[in-house]
Amino acid sequence: MPSASLLDTPETCFHCGLPLPAKIAYRVVVDGTERPMCCAGCAAVAKTIVGAGLVDYYRNRAAFPDPGAAIPGFVDELAAYDLPDLQRGFVHEDADNAAEAALLLEGIRCAACVWLIERRLRQLPGVLDASVNYATRRMRVRWDAARIKLSRILTAVVEIGYRASPFDPDKAETARRAERRQSLKRLAIAALGMMQVMMFAVPTYFASEGEIAPDHIQLMHWASLLLTVPVLLFSAREFFVGAWRDLTGHRLGMDVPIALGIATAFAASAWSTLAARGEVYFDSVTMFVFLLLAARFLEQEARSRSGDALERLTRILPERCRRFSGYPASRATHPLATARLAVGDHLLIGTGERIPADGMVVEGIGEADESLVSGESRPVCKNPGDPVMAGAVNLGSPLVMRATAVGTQNTVAQIARLVDRALGEKPAIARLVDRAASWFVLSVLAVTALAAAWWWATDARQVLPVVIAVLVITCPCALGLATPAALAAASHHLVRRGLLPTRANAIETLAEVTDIVFDKTGTLTRGTPAIMQTTLLGALSEGEVTAIAAALEESSRHPLGKALHAAAPAPYAATHLIAHSGAGVQGTVDGIVYRVGTLEFVRGIAGTGRPIEPQSIASCTLVALGSKQGWLALFYFTDMLRPESCAVVTQLEAMGKTVHLLSGDSPGIVAHIATEAGIARGRGGASPTSKLDYIRALQAKGAVVAMIGDGVNDAPSLGGAQVSVAMGSGTDVAQSAADMVLLSSDLHVIPEALRIARSTRAVIRQNLVWAAAYNIVALPLAACATVTPWIAAVGMSLSSLIVVANALRLVPSGAAAARLAHTSPHPALA
Amino acid sequence: MDILYLLIPLSLVLVLLIGAVFWWAVDNGQFEDLEGPAHRILHDDDRPSP
Repeated sequence: MPSASLLDTPETCFHCGLPLPAKIAYRVVVDGTERPMCCAGCAAVAKTIVGAGLVDYYRNRAAFPDPGAAIPGFVDELAAYDLPDLQRGFVHEDADNAAEAALLLEGIRCAACVWLIERRLRQLPGVLDASVNYATRRMRVRWDAARIKLSRILTAVVEIGYRASPFDPDKAETARRAERRQSLKRLAIAALGMMQVMMFAVPTYFASEGEIAPDHIQLMHWASLLLTVPVLLFSAREFFVGAWRDLTGHRLGMDVPIALGIATAFAASAWSTLAARGEVYFDSVTMFVFLLLAARFLEQEARSRSGDALERLTRILPERCRRFSGYPASRATHPLATARLAVGDHLLIGTGERIPADGMVVEGIGEADESLVSGESRPVCKNPGDPVMAGAVNLGSPLVMRATAVGTQNTVAQIARLVDRALGEKPAIARLVDRAASWFVLSVLAVTALAAAWWWATDARQVLPVVIAVLVITCPCALGLATPAALAAASHHLVRRGLLPTRANAIETLAEVTDIVFDKTGTLTRGTPAIMQTTLLGALSEGEVTAIAAALEESSRHPLGKALHAAAPAPYAATHLIAHSGAGVQGTVDGIVYRVGTLEFVRGIAGTGRPIEPQSIASCTLVALGSKQGWLALFYFTDMLRPESCAVVTQLEAMGKTVHLLSGDSPGIVAHIATEAGIARGRGGASPTSKLDYIRALQAKGAVVAMIGDGVNDAPSLGGAQVSVAMGSGTDVAQSAADMVLLSSDLHVIPEALRIARSTRAVIRQNLVWAAAYNIVALPLAACATVTPWIAAVGMSLSSLIVVANALRLVPSGAAAARLAHTSPHPALA
Repeated sequence: MDILYLLIPLSLVLVLLIGAVFWWAVDNGQFEDLEGPAHRILHDDDRPSP
């Protein structure tokens, strides 16, 4: 058997695939060949895998493991998981001393990983069972607590290069799984019942009178009855429960006619069977129940798929953190389950670790990657006193932070709640449909009574089939499903793109938008200054002056200083740094004293000679660089347009929308930015109130306004516009006032969202028209006894399925979804 | 056609059996991960461990 896997190349580490260092210090014999390893961690992992006889992993794997996962030293901390206190949260003990826990696995890249982990754990004495779910990256492990410790199991996972952390499936998750299982069972029982009842019913459709012996017919009727009872009692239970809830609540919902139809048909059929004469409708009952359940199951799946993104958002927080037991007196830390954190706890956040709670930096200077929450991919510098948010990753040096919001109070949980609110709220159109459905049900019952009375007078034998057909065929399910199914599918799509709808009618309103008002700072522009232009005044090149300035500003906390530092990698090291507050920084690079800062500050060292008159550029801030030899450079800073702004404005105008720009900045700057972005209507110097007035004026002219903003000053106009989008990087106030939150901070999503909203509205209309047309045609047919109950059941179920299938067109297809996941700037939601 | 008196009850028993198997499968989590098992079958190893 060839031992070389697809991933075998000589220049890289055999285990993790990273480039090898110049001098290879680690080699491991794998499958008879000596293989180079990049580090001690990989070598240790490879040795463990080979030693356990699991070398097949290297033959079968399709992807390299996650290099970050193989971290030695992590193992020491795992001993904490043996503490009963910590285990109580996630370990369930059953009889015979067997314990069971759900673990979340990190580092799974391909299906070979699943095999490797399961094999390795099952080899351990005392492990009773281990099964990894490849789809959810979770593992269930059962072990004998008397023979092996949990820490040993976790260590074994680390030894082969993965990380396992306890996962406490919260109640909502458990409930959803139980609900899905229950729906599957109901569906399956209904399907089995339907198929078998149909077997007994089909012969009677085609047999002429007297062709089948009455005894045989009676036998088939009894068999059908037996098969229908579980379908009725188990599968159809929720319709009866729903109908009862509606009736006791003095409402008429859709479950009422359904339950009435099923119950009447079953009672009539059961009576026919017992009395051994008359028609039976068991086939209609079972098929009706099955098709209804199938439609509901599909809807439930569509809904839970949009819930998945949400779940991943909350799952992103680490399971454990390191808490200082007596900060600042003692520097000792001990591991703690994140769920047990309290406000005021001091935590140590190491490099590369995820921050478990909202808080404030107390000590250390770090850089946080907050892309999860803000969509801003550039790391944000964190100094003592700066706020940090849960879910961000510390990319800088270790930080000490004090937790200020834990558990359900932190940012990530709040975002999850915003979405919950949107999913829970019923949009205006759905409420209207619900009210209409009550009247609809009432009129159906009236028509049924009339039809029954008329047929009683003309042909009493037809009464029951007509009543059943009318009740069944006019089920308002299609009507009721039309809107929610489409909205659930559309929100799913939008969340994937990084736009969270937080209020239910946001999507509907978005489809009708005529005017789009952008805020400037932080929305159309980045909100942080960047170098727009550099004017050279001395002998040094642009690269050199930028590098020198960057070195001087190394530890700067001023936004301009940070921007300058971020502009260039600093090959130079500056010494003797002295910061002059409000003026600039002085420092020594390669023995030469430089100053960077305001013109006046630099003039203090570069001499009195004014530099060449700086050309005035609107909306620019000027920073100068100079040394004793004279002026070196002028840096022009400006709040740059986001790279996509112009394209987005063009796209929106092409879609026939009017684009406006509103800002509190001076009119000159706003006019400049508006021209640059290609916006014809811009207004500067706008206070929060005048922004709102501007929007009101537009609305008075009949416009449907979408406001896109990010700041506290935008909150009133966000609330005042018919539909509003807050930038994910914006303030909390803005986000809670807005109907949608743009998590990805990528404006391209806006025109995309308008298109999605328009197709959603189209789908809702098609669904409503279809449902109404179907009922208008079907009702008279059923009342005239031209439709048998089973055709009615098929028609009714098909109408619901068509509605759901139509809505599912809004969910991106598999291939498109994979592409989205690939390009999405928002990994947590992809 | 008296065989129907055997076959029809037999079909009921079969339905019951199939229902029970499906019930067990759902409770056992057979429908939770529809992706992993398809890969898993590809790398089972039948060589004894060294």
